[in-house]
Amino acid sequence: MAILSKDEAQNILKKVLSFSTADECEATLNGSIGGNVRSARNSISTAGAVDNVSLAVQSRFGKRSGLATCNEFDDATLRRCVQRAEEIARLAPESPEYMPLLGPQQYLDGSRSFAAATAAIDPAYRAKQIGASMALCDEKKLSSAGFLDDSVGFIAKRNSKGLEAYQQTSYVGFSVTVRTPDGSGSGYAAADYTDATKLDAARLTRVAAEKAASSVKARAIEPGKYTVILEPNALLSNVDTSLLGVLMQSLDARSADEGRSFLSKKGGGNKKGEKLFDERVTIYSDPLNPEIGDLTFANDGRPQQKTTWIEKGVVKNLYSSRFWAQKAGIPDLPPPGGWIMQGGTQSTADLIKSTAKGILVTRLWYIRPVDPQTLLYTGLTRDGTFYIENGQIKFPIKNFRFNESPVIMLNNLEAIGKPVRLNGSLVPPLKIRDFTFTSLSDAV
Amino acid sequence: MKRRDFVGLTGLATGALFLPSLPSIGGTPVDPARLLEPGADAATKKRLADAGLNAAKAAGASYADVRIGRYLNQGIFTREKQVQNIASTESYGVGVRVIANGTWGFAATNTVTEAGIAKAAQLAVQIAKANSKVQKEQVKLAPQKGYGEAAWKAPIQQSAFEVPIKDKVDLLLNVNAKALELGASFVNSVLFQVNEQKYFASTDGSYIDQDIHRIYPTFSVTAIDRASGKFRSRQALSSPMGLGYEYLTPKAADKIAGPAGSGVVGYRNSYDMLEDVALATKHVKEKLTAKSVTPGKYDLVLDPHHLGLTIHESVGHPLELDRVLGYEANYAGTSFATLEWKAKKIPYGSKLVNIVADKLQPGSLGAVGYDDEGVKTKRWDLIKEGMLVDYEKIRDQAGIVGQNESDGCCYSQSWADVQFQRMPNVSLQPGPAKLSVDELVKNVDKGIYIAGNGSFSIDQQRYNFQFGGQVFYAIEKGQITGMLEDVAYQANTQEFWNSCAAICDESDYRLFGAFNDGKGQPSQSSAVSHGSATTRFNGVTVINTARKIG
Repeated sequence: MAILSKDEAQNILKKVLSFSTADECEATLNGSIGGNVRSARNSISTAGAVDNVSLAVQSRFGKRSGLATCNEFDDATLRRCVQRAEEIARLAPESPEYMPLLGPQQYLDGSRSFAAATAAIDPAYRAKQIGASMALCDEKKLSSAGFLDDSVGFIAKRNSKGLEAYQQTSYVGFSVTVRTPDGSGSGYAAADYTDATKLDAARLTRVAAEKAASSVKARAIEPGKYTVILEPNALLSNVDTSLLGVLMQSLDARSADEGRSFLSKKGGGNKKGEKLFDERVTIYSDPLNPEIGDLTFANDGRPQQKTTWIEKGVVKNLYSSRFWAQKAGIPDLPPPGGWIMQGGTQSTADLIKSTAKGILVTRLWYIRPVDPQTLLYTGLTRDGTFYIENGQIKFPIKNFRFNESPVIMLNNLEAIGKPVRLNGSLVPPLKIRDFTFTSLSDAV
Repeated sequence: MKRRDFVGLTGLATGALFLPSLPSIGGTPVDPARLLEPGADAATKKRLADAGLNAAKAAGASYADVRIGRYLNQGIFTREKQVQNIASTESYGVGVRVIANGTWGFAATNTVTEAGIAKAAQLAVQIAKANSKVQKEQVKLAPQKGYGEAAWKAPIQQSAFEVPIKDKVDLLLNVNAKALELGASFVNSVLFQVNEQKYFASTDGSYIDQDIHRIYPTFSVTAIDRASGKFRSRQALSSPMGLGYEYLTPKAADKIAGPAGSGVVGYRNSYDMLEDVALATKHVKEKLTAKSVTPGKYDLVLDPHHLGLTIHESVGHPLELDRVLGYEANYAGTSFATLEWKAKKIPYGSKLVNIVADKLQPGSLGAVGYDDEGVKTKRWDLIKEGMLVDYEKIRDQAGIVGQNESDGCCYSQSWADVQFQRMPNVSLQPGPAKLSVDELVKNVDKGIYIAGNGSFSIDQQRYNFQFGGQVFYAIEKGQITGMLEDVAYQANTQEFWNSCAAICDESDYRLFGAFNDGKGQPSQSSAVSHGSATTRFNGVTVINTARKIG
């Protein structure tokens, strides 16, 4: 089914609400069309396309709530869907965390979350982009594995209290790992955009190819504490847990108040308002940032506003559910979509130039929690790790396992570079002192 | 834009917490009664599948398969005294995979009509043809005879969907009440239930109808010392299983005690959730004051609920042939166990190590009659007496390694995703000689007993790994002497398996399960079991994970 316009979607939702006999009713219509292509060994491996559209109806009687869905939109189907949601609601237990549906909301206007060029992507476009990537590796006698995926979508919401929301989104992403034929060198690059005209798979492949070629004959150096330059791909990933990702995911008020978060205080309460990071650390969200183009409303209909989460190292805000915000008497903030870590103007190359001794890390991998008390995580470097001396990359080094906490990492900040878009956020490269590597890995 | 981080922001990544929704609950919400309604009958599905196969052939496909999938899930989520969510979902649709011009193409639709499926088939062929222009390796499938009309059903005793929701909610709330009564600060408990109704048809002449069930009861108990600000959690020692609700009727014969002094109880084919939560609450309070481990080399005694994950990461994944050949280089990674490495005949492990792949094992998560490209499943050796003898492969890989038969390891998480090579059940065989856990511990001079799986991380070629656990006990001169905390071990796969020094006998053997194993781009989840008995590994490096912040 095509992406529905605001009027088409809201007309369906109005009809849904007209069939409701519940105390409260909220209807959400979601749709997306997308495709992908995957390569390995400089050849296409798999490719696919999927489209899906679905209506979800939530009906409430008092504190009882029921949810039903359908993917056809004739009157009879819509009526049945509403009836089923109401039947489920009548049988459901009362929710002790019930909150009434939101009334009319003011959402920010002007988010650049959709680009027509992305909606125009077809199988030929995907083949051309990934074909250019593979051709470049053929030419350089390197082996590539890449993945391109794209989607356009819409979300529309309406409820019996007068809330109304609609937004279109688009996404295209490409990532590539390039390896030398003997497997002794590996490099990686990735990028994602709202607007497909910005995507250049060949440019990204050149970066990965350069890293692959220059990472052969890696030397082993002793594990220990090192100054590191973490490139944006080492700080945030859309395919793995990541150090900045988990920090942002941990800004939840409830778990902090309950005593089971690094933000919990001895004796009770949370650390909001405390300075926990270097004073150069500022992280905020802004749905209108032109590079991110985020949703202006959260899943539950709350508006997404420009919000400062960490300012000059101080925890300024925590997000929460509506229930917890009311119970704890705190600002009612939904978790952000994308976020922006404020940075400077220096490129990764500039950060290298100012480093006497250190390690350049392209990517961190298989990052998993070790101790939630301190937000300690473990993982490994991957796809391009280099030793820096006197402002220059001297030689490639073998990969390391790290055990480190983003809280400690952001206290050991040496320098912040210029942020780039990654996974719908803006992330700068960071120079960090005393980053803890605990063992060597033979992996390339 | 991608919303993966949004999923993360709900708190899934915090590890110790369960939340009211998880990615494994796919599909769209439905009335729980809908989960008991039969899907389309085999004759209808055959007619629909033929529409796809015919459309693909007419559009120029040299091969096509059609998967009509109805995927039913129910998740019941509770915390303390309340039900957080009861999510019943259904996902119904069709995926069509084709080869045209020697290239794969795939398209999926939830318009389950002859016209809808034919349209998807045509799109799949269009995609294959577009990609064939930049294709260099032509797809070659291992030969596969058609089975005609065939069926397979998981041998369960009772579908979990048939059990009234009230009974399931009561069980979870009783579990929570037990934890709170015994002094837990917080407790979350969850019951996942899955039913895959899969129909596969291919131009080879197979029409295969299968019915697969999985169940996963689990919990997390947390204790908090407000004065010190310290908190610790302990997860359930249950395993997700390819069983019905009978898994939740405890049987004494299925309970296996850990070493004397540990108080740990393991479970085989049935699970006593109330008993486990009582033990977990005792453990989690002990963890608050347990001694922090002194880093160094220790002999590790690993219980099957822990070792299963180590097997999964350090044997199951490196022997996936797609990783070995480079097909997963951009995401999951490659493997140290290349064809060249295998030819060098370097020992993977000590002579005690015998590891089998098995898609037939009753009650396991990976058991099916046929895989998702219509290949009958089997059991085969991966490692024999420490030496690598074979990999895990599917139809388009067999020829690359000079074989002409798939191992039946093809799987897709839903109709909407293309099927590809996934891990079969991979299990360490128990020791042939009689050996109890107490007898095994008796010979350990300086060691640590680890039960339950915790933190896990391994590099992209599966050399270097680090694992935590749920509970850790010091072993001194053959005796369990007390609980330890802040334990993680780091090792290299080959050194670790070569340090395998003793394996308990069959009476200690049981399955661990990975319920949401991720692989592929777009990423897909699969469920797989790993069996083992308690096993000893000598001289493994243990680190201390305690840190100070703020």
